[in-house]
Amino acid sequence: MARAGFSPLYQLDFEAPINEIEEQIEALEATPDAANFADELTKLRETRDSFLRKIYGGLTPWQTVRIARHPLRPHTADYVSLICRDFCELHGDRTFGDDAAIKTGFARIGPMKVMLIGHHKGKTVQEKIAANFGCAQPEGYRKALLKMRLAEKLKLPIVTLVDTPGAYPGIGSEQRGQAQAIAMNLMEMSRLRTPIVSVVIGEGGSGGALGIAVSDRVGMLEHAWYSVISPEGCAAILFKEANERTNTIAAQSLALTAKRNLENGLVDDVIAEPLGGAHRDHRKTAESVQNWIVDRLQELVRVNAEVLINQRFDKFRKMGAYEEVAASV
Amino acid sequence: MPAIPAAQWDAAINLAEKKGVPAGIWMQCPECAETLFRKAVEANLWVCPRCQHHLRVSAKQRVEQLLDPGSFEPFDEHLAPVDRLQFVDNKPYPQRIAESQRKTGNNDGILSGFGFIKGRRVSLAVMDFSFLGGSMGSVVGERITRAIERGTAHDLPVITVACSGGARMQESGFSLMQMAKTSAALARLDEAKGLFISVLADPTTGGVTASFAMLGDVILAEPRALIGFAGPRVIQQTIRQELPEGFQTSEFLLERGFVDRIVHRRDLRSEISRVIDYAGR
Ligand SMILES: [Zn+2]
Repeated sequence: MARAGFSPLYQLDFEAPINEIEEQIEALEATPDAANFADELTKLRETRDSFLRKIYGGLTPWQTVRIARHPLRPHTADYVSLICRDFCELHGDRTFGDDAAIKTGFARIGPMKVMLIGHHKGKTVQEKIAANFGCAQPEGYRKALLKMRLAEKLKLPIVTLVDTPGAYPGIGSEQRGQAQAIAMNLMEMSRLRTPIVSVVIGEGGSGGALGIAVSDRVGMLEHAWYSVISPEGCAAILFKEANERTNTIAAQSLALTAKRNLENGLVDDVIAEPLGGAHRDHRKTAESVQNWIVDRLQELVRVNAEVLINQRFDKFRKMGAYEEVAASV
Repeated sequence: MPAIPAAQWDAAINLAEKKGVPAGIWMQCPECAETLFRKAVEANLWVCPRCQHHLRVSAKQRVEQLLDPGSFEPFDEHLAPVDRLQFVDNKPYPQRIAESQRKTGNNDGILSGFGFIKGRRVSLAVMDFSFLGGSMGSVVGERITRAIERGTAHDLPVITVACSGGARMQESGFSLMQMAKTSAALARLDEAKGLFISVLADPTTGGVTASFAMLGDVILAEPRALIGFAGPRVIQQTIRQELPEGFQTSEFLLERGFVDRIVHRRDLRSEISRVIDYAGR
C-alpha cells in the first residue's frame, strides 16, 4: 500500500528525510514478527514526527505552493465524500453547458443543509482533462452563480471550496466572456441574501478563485495559497524565467500563504492541517474543515440578511493598503 | 490570471508613449505608418486622421476630451500607494511608483472627480496606462470605489474609462481584492438604480475586465481596442495554436455580445450624454 502523503510522481524534495524513515517503518511493519519491534517502531515514528514538525514548521512560501498542489491532497471530491452526508449534484448553466471544473449541488454537512460549490480538479487523467485541471470556464462561473441564486431563494447557506490554478485562458472562454462571468459573480455574491462561507483548500489562483469567494467568511487551510498570480507567472514576468530560485522569490513576494493573507486582512481564518500536511490525513483535515464550516455557518444563519450583506460589503470595502498624503505629487 | 507584466512595463510604457504623445512636430501613425502633423492628430483627439487608429491617451488628456472645459473637480488625489508587501523585484516597487509619479504628476494611475459632459453632471474615473501599465492596485481600486460611491450618494451617473493591463502584481492579494471591492460598490449603485457607463479603451485586460469594467449597464468600447480576460500571449502559450484574426478586439466582443456599442472617440461625449438622457437624469 502506498504510504500516506507519498506519490512516486510527486516527490517533494524537502520531504526526502521523511520518505526514508517512512520506508523503514513500512518495511518493519511488513515483517511477520513486527510485534517484536514495537519499541523500534515507536522510536522511528517519533523521529518521523519530529522531522515533520521541523520541516513543516519552516516551509518557504514556494514549498507551501508545492504542498497545495500535491496530487494526494484532498480535493473537492474528497471533501464531498468525507463531509457531505448527501450530495445532490446539480449540473449546467442553462445557457451553454456544464463545466466539470466547478461542481455544484445540494449537500448536507453536519446539521446544515447547504449549496456546495467547489472547484474540481479530477483524479484520473481523463477527469483532469475534462476539468481542465481545475481551471473553470465562463459556464462554470455562471453555473455557480445560478446555483447560488437558487440557494438564496431556498434560504440555504452557501459553502464554496476554492482550489484552482486560475480561470482558464483559452479561445472559447474569451469568446464566451470569461471576464464578464467572473465580474458578475463578484458583484452578485456581494449582495446574495444568504450566508456564504469559503475554504481555500488548495490553490487560490487569482480571479478564478475570487469568482466563488466573495464570502462572509473565508478560511484558508494552513498550506493553501491565495494570490493575484501564480509564483511561476510572477517569476516569468519579473525574471523572464520560472525556475526553483525565481519561483521561491516570487512566492515570498506575493504574500500568498494563509498566514500572510490573514495578517493582511484578506482572509478571516487559518484552518490548521494535520502534522505533515493535508495529504497525510484526509479524514483529520476534512474534520477540521467541516468544524470550521459548521461553526461559521451557525453564527451567520442567526444574522439578519440586511446586516449580513452590509457586513460582507464592509469587509471587502476595507481591503487594500494605501496612505493619505498631503496633496498630489 | 494575467497581472501586469512588470518587466515589460518599460517596453509597454515606451510603446504607450510612442502610441500616446510623441514629441516633435511630426509623428508617425503606429498603425498605418503615415507621417502626420502632430497638432492635427491632437486636434483629432489623438486619432489618426488617415486610418482612424485610436492612439492611447493619458488620463489627463482623456478627462480634457470627455468633460466640458473647466468642469473637472478632482477628488481623492491625496491617496498614494505603499509597498506593504515589500515586494522583491528587479526594481523596487517604491522606485517604480516614484518614477511613474514623476512622469505623470499623479499619485497613482487614475484620475477621478465630478465633472460635466455636455451639461450633465457625472462622477468620473479614468485609468492611466502610463502609470505602471494602468494596473489596479489599492489606490486605483479605492478611487474607483469612491467614484462609484459618490455617484450613488449624489444620484449621478458613474462613468469609468478602463485602460489597464489588469491587477497590479506588486500588491498581490490587495490588488486582487480591489476586484471584489469595486464590483460590490457597483452592486450598491445598482440597488440605488444608479446608471453606470463603462468605457473600454485599448487595452482592457485581466482583473480590470473581470471586475468593474465588464459590469457597465451600458458598455462602450473604442474601435479596435484589445479587450479580454487573459492576455493573448498567455492564451497562445496555453493552447499552443494561432489566435484567430481580430480575436479580443472591440469588434470581436460586440459580435459575441459583450459590449453595447463601439464608439469613435470624437463621438464619446455625445454618446455618453445620449445614454444619460435615457436614464431620466
Ligand atoms: Zn493611421
